[in-house]
Amino acid sequence: MTDIVANPIAANTGFHRTEAAEKRLRRRYAAEQRFKIYGIIAITLAIGMLVLLLFTILRNGVTAFQQTAIQLEVTLDPAVIDPKGTGNPADWDRAAFQDLVHDALYKEFPDVSRGDRRELRRMISPVAGVFLGNQVLKDPSMLGQTVSVWLPASDPINQIVKGRIDRELPEANRPVSDQQLAWLDQLRERGDSKTIFNSTFFTASDSNYPELAGLWGSVVGSIFTLAVTLVLALPIGVAAAVYLEEFAPKNKFTDLIEVNINNLAAVPSIVFGLLGLAVFLNFFGMPRSAPLVGGMVIALMSLPTIIIASRAALKAVPPSIREAALGMGASKLQTVWHHVLPLAMPGILTGTIIAMAQALGETAPLLMIGMNAFVTAPPTGLLSSSSVLPVQIYIWADAPERGFVELTSAAIMILLIFLITMNGIAIYLRKKFERRW
Amino acid sequence: MEAMTMSQTVDPGAAAAGKIVKMSSRGTKVFYGEKRALHGIDVDIYRNEVLALIGPSGCGKSTFLRTLNRMNDTIDICRVEGKLMLDDQDIYDPKLDVVQLRARVGMVFQKPNPFPKSIYENIIYGPKLHGLATRKDEFDAIVEASLQRAGLWNEVKDRLLEPGTGLSGGQQQRLCIARAIAVSPEVILMDEPCSALDPIATAHIEELIDELRENFTIVIVTHNMQQAARVSQRTAFFHLGDLVEVGETEDIFTNPRDERTQGYITGRYG
Ligand SMILES: Nc1ncnc2c1ncn2[C@@H]1O[C@H](COP(=O)(O)OP(=O)(O)OP(=O)(O)O)[C@@H](O)[C@H]1O
Ligand SMILES: [Mg+2]
Repeated sequence: MTDIVANPIAANTGFHRTEAAEKRLRRRYAAEQRFKIYGIIAITLAIGMLVLLLFTILRNGVTAFQQTAIQLEVTLDPAVIDPKGTGNPADWDRAAFQDLVHDALYKEFPDVSRGDRRELRRMISPVAGVFLGNQVLKDPSMLGQTVSVWLPASDPINQIVKGRIDRELPEANRPVSDQQLAWLDQLRERGDSKTIFNSTFFTASDSNYPELAGLWGSVVGSIFTLAVTLVLALPIGVAAAVYLEEFAPKNKFTDLIEVNINNLAAVPSIVFGLLGLAVFLNFFGMPRSAPLVGGMVIALMSLPTIIIASRAALKAVPPSIREAALGMGASKLQTVWHHVLPLAMPGILTGTIIAMAQALGETAPLLMIGMNAFVTAPPTGLLSSSSVLPVQIYIWADAPERGFVELTSAAIMILLIFLITMNGIAIYLRKKFERRW
Repeated sequence: MEAMTMSQTVDPGAAAAGKIVKMSSRGTKVFYGEKRALHGIDVDIYRNEVLALIGPSGCGKSTFLRTLNRMNDTIDICRVEGKLMLDDQDIYDPKLDVVQLRARVGMVFQKPNPFPKSIYENIIYGPKLHGLATRKDEFDAIVEASLQRAGLWNEVKDRLLEPGTGLSGGQQQRLCIARAIAVSPEVILMDEPCSALDPIATAHIEELIDELRENFTIVIVTHNMQQAARVSQRTAFFHLGDLVEVGETEDIFTNPRDERTQGYITGRYG
């Protein structure tokens, strides 16, 4: 015993070759193997969920890019369209277009009795006249002629054609009658019905009718809102980060500020929405639903993220660069401005883009300031009413018509594409400017 | 004790030889927070001479060097006491402009630290900052002259617009020296400028230091005894925050007065 104490290392000679040691080694390998398997299971589960999510969205959403259309021979009677005879499109009777569409439909099925016409009318979209009117507006020479045009079918017909409503269901359980199905088949046989690309989805704004509803208004709203956010949050965030990182004395007070900024990043976004409601709308009396206010609220929310990312980027600039500049006789501000900030910029931009991507998907605070308004036109300015992409998705998800189900998924796909693009840019920037010193 | 250190460290022979004092330090104490890193340094630095600072690791060589152009200001907890003069100007005079001081007292660091910009921009950064030149041809002249002085011109004259960080370590260090002399400083401080370099690059820089002595006053920290012996006219030996001994390099190496100096240069510790 005593010589073990005297020389504990020598006494252990051969220790690593004993049976006990080998057993320990085997156990260690087993533990590592187990841990690896846990990891693989976790990743498989995560990827599985993601694939399931994307698959669901895709399956629900792809059909939204197609719209069932019906070809009709419409007689554009100037006496009906332009009853005042001024020739000025502003004086046109917009409602008359829908009547012309109906007349054309009756002509297509001449033997349908007056009593059945109501059912026949339900084949075509109740807003088909709007599409027709837009076409005539674009090409006024059509006036007075009989033209053949493709007009959107009604939502139930659209859903049947795309197979989103099962036509084998008993008649009582589906929104389309057997009679309408027969008409539809006739149209298809004659080649007067097909699915066309749904460009409306990309060019129109919100509407009560799924075939007339589009994303454009909310995309513009999102762009306006994000622009406000960027203009406010980037300079303020970077200035705050530069001050805290490069100039502020390190003391209790700046520690407190740092802790608070980190905590702010974790505050639920709805709280910022309430703040915006109380301060910007109620106290300052700013307009509801405006991209300006939305941008300001989201800027408040993005600030902590941008400050934290910018500080990390500034910290990553090696001190030797600062020493070099200071040693050359640059002042502290010049050092930061000439050297540190440019080197930190890729990191700052990466953080900013990620913050913007977050901001793009933000919904709750915008609901608080009324950005869930029903807006049928893209905003014309920062103060006009507007929606944004995620809020539009939220509104559509709530709409009763069948057509909005696929629109919701399609809108989610567009939102995801925007997000992936933004994150892709962030990754590209990070890779491109990685460690240049 | 204090008085004795003082009489030991101020080199009596030099003043008699009619040399001009460029910088001087009297009773310089440096504190990092509560901890004292230098215990009162008295030394003169003569014009057109190379002063080598040697001593074991952690004895305060870098700390002393950095007091000479107030690079210590960047460390929050660092405090300096004593009197440090550049010509007849008090370096720690609150009214003194640090920017101007650092233009007059340049610095080369242990690790080459060129800006991640082109070679050309590296050199003209200082002159631009201090308004030494304004026209393109003036800048061109400065770039060529500085790179010539630093012995780098022939190697880089065709790639001035390539990044300075793309040069080899030794070239980078010479670029840093060129960058330092581009602002026409009076004193150049070098903190182990060769520690990251191979023997050939080191020899190159040592030669350069010897040439630079004609126009500048140089203070160099080194761990390499041979280097100190080769490049310096005077050597100061630091130990645990004290300046133990300063004198003609030859005297220090052949005939040290203090046994700690003797121990260090003969390799017994450090
Ligand atoms: N920023 C700092 N904060 C606190 N203490 C410091 C700091 N820099 C240096 N010191 C301390 O001051 C003393 C002197 O350090 P200095 O860097 O001057 O030594 P040195 O002689 O240059 O050593 P080396 O040869 O290893 O570079 C050391 O004890 C060190 O721990
Ligand atoms: Mg050192």
